[in-house]
Amino acid sequence: MSNAPVDNGRRRFLTAATSVVGGVGVVGAAVPFIASWNPSAKAKAAGAPVEVNISKIATGQLIRAEYRGKPIYIVRRGKDIIDGLSGHDDLLRDPASQEAQQPEYAANPHRSINPEYLVAEGVCTHLGCAPTYQKGDFAEQVEGVDYGFFCPCHGSKFDMAGRVFAGVPAPLNLVVPEHSFPSEGTLLIGVGQGES
Amino acid sequence: MFANLMAWFDERLPITDAWNKHVGQYPAPKNFNFWYFFGSLAMLVLVNQIVTGIWLTMNYEPSGDGAFASIEYIMRDVDYGWLLRYMHSTGASAFFIVVYLHMYRGLMYGSYQKPRELLWIFGMLIYLVLMAEAFMGYLLPWGNMSFWGAQVIISLFGAIPVIGDDLTTWIRGDYVISGATLNRFFALHVIALPLVLVVLVFLHILALHEVGSNNPEGTSIKKKKGSVPEEEKSKFKFHKAYTDKYDIVDAIPFHPYYSVKDIMGVVGFLILFCWVMFFAPEGGGYFLEAPNFTPANGLKTPEHIVPVWYFGPFYTILRVIPDKLLGMVGMFAAIGMLFALPWFDRGTVKSFKFRSKWHLVNLVQFTICFIVLGILGTMPASDLANLIGRIATLGYFGFFISLWFYSKNEQTKPVPERVSK
Repeated sequence: MSNAPVDNGRRRFLTAATSVVGGVGVVGAAVPFIASWNPSAKAKAAGAPVEVNISKIATGQLIRAEYRGKPIYIVRRGKDIIDGLSGHDDLLRDPASQEAQQPEYAANPHRSINPEYLVAEGVCTHLGCAPTYQKGDFAEQVEGVDYGFFCPCHGSKFDMAGRVFAGVPAPLNLVVPEHSFPSEGTLLIGVGQGES
Repeated sequence: MFANLMAWFDERLPITDAWNKHVGQYPAPKNFNFWYFFGSLAMLVLVNQIVTGIWLTMNYEPSGDGAFASIEYIMRDVDYGWLLRYMHSTGASAFFIVVYLHMYRGLMYGSYQKPRELLWIFGMLIYLVLMAEAFMGYLLPWGNMSFWGAQVIISLFGAIPVIGDDLTTWIRGDYVISGATLNRFFALHVIALPLVLVVLVFLHILALHEVGSNNPEGTSIKKKKGSVPEEEKSKFKFHKAYTDKYDIVDAIPFHPYYSVKDIMGVVGFLILFCWVMFFAPEGGGYFLEAPNFTPANGLKTPEHIVPVWYFGPFYTILRVIPDKLLGMVGMFAAIGMLFALPWFDRGTVKSFKFRSKWHLVNLVQFTICFIVLGILGTMPASDLANLIGRIATLGYFGFFISLWFYSKNEQTKPVPERVSK
């Protein structure tokens, strides 16, 4: 053992180097703990696409499917509803679907692939409640609009394309999930048009 | 024999010294009133929650399929299971009642002011962890309000730009609230957060004993060493950690004087607690909400999603702000304001008794606004409720902002040197 004088620069460098290497180790060790919170392989598999038979839906009827635990509203829109969609653009927050709440192929005035079918998550974009379908009596919420969705939690309102009305708590249109029609009368939720 | 045994321990661990320093010879101001019950009551409730919680886990099943049924099993089939569960569920609300009163005491008497800022911060951290603990615990019965309450609160994080959606999926461990969410909340509720809570309570008390207890008049019982004539000093023997540095006046030892007083408080508290537990365990629908008696159902929203009463004030602030992200910011800012209270208050007079009329008015309006926000938080939204909620939100934040302005040059009354007789 020599009694060399203390080299403070060397001591600082070694302390800093040890701290940095130790810090990297802590970050590395944190990865499994943080990553284990992600959805498991099983949860991801349970989120697989869902096929729905839509051949028996009556005009104006809403059926519910479940995809990734969320309710999916499927409505067969009659001609009167489709025609009515363009009549209240000035009352809507995002009439042209500019926010990315739908796949690109559904960023049109009726927010769907086929104008006849609305496919949207029945999850209010405010705080996740399920909006109620008001068939024919929606005018009590918005004058002059006969069909729509009304969220009972905090009073948000959506039209028959899932577009949100202005002046309600919900900030965005209802989410349109990826969907496609692989054959006549069949709707596939979770796989977009043109994907396989 | 016993003395020898204690001596054996004391040579190896400072048991007697720690007892004297923190209990037997801890100088506490002699003028504590009713408001000073709630610290010890909070500790009592914490012990109650830990003990009943451990016993509940013995029969509870943390899984999406089994949770709801296991609660029914505890309620119906386990001997005294109903009692253990009601002690725990009533204890949760009781915890917030005593903690809110404890915090309000600090607010009235300026107990957050210098030198007690860190003590206040530890207290606020306890409050924050307590809210997380209560929120996660509320998911465990897996009732429909458990489910939708968690859905609403977790989806708040979705408002954060860019990372929001991935963050909510990460918190849930699934694309929706599911058994995975339940299991991790269970782990956090029964082990992680209670550990943090116990450590924080320990630090809170340690910090309290370092700076000493405040009192309703906000006067100091620690005078400069040598400044007090012998006959005016407190006649009791206090630990040298205090008397070496200060002359102690107007103080009595915590034990037996306040330990006995606190037992009085415990008796009163337990009478009320047991009355609720045995005769109104649902607390009129406020302690256990009606939709929670049906199992979680992701496809069926309860008619009104309202949080448990103790989250009411912050939920109202979230709800009345028409923008989702700003609403969340507002809600967290409301709690942040409380954290920063020691720095909003630039005054040096502690107790409201010796502060200006303005301060009294401000304190009263804050109290009213907080209660109004709490009531609105348990009610369904309406235009009128939103309007009242917005006014009360302004009042809430206004308390802190105006305090910062007027406390600098406040017209205060002279604070007596000594605790009045």
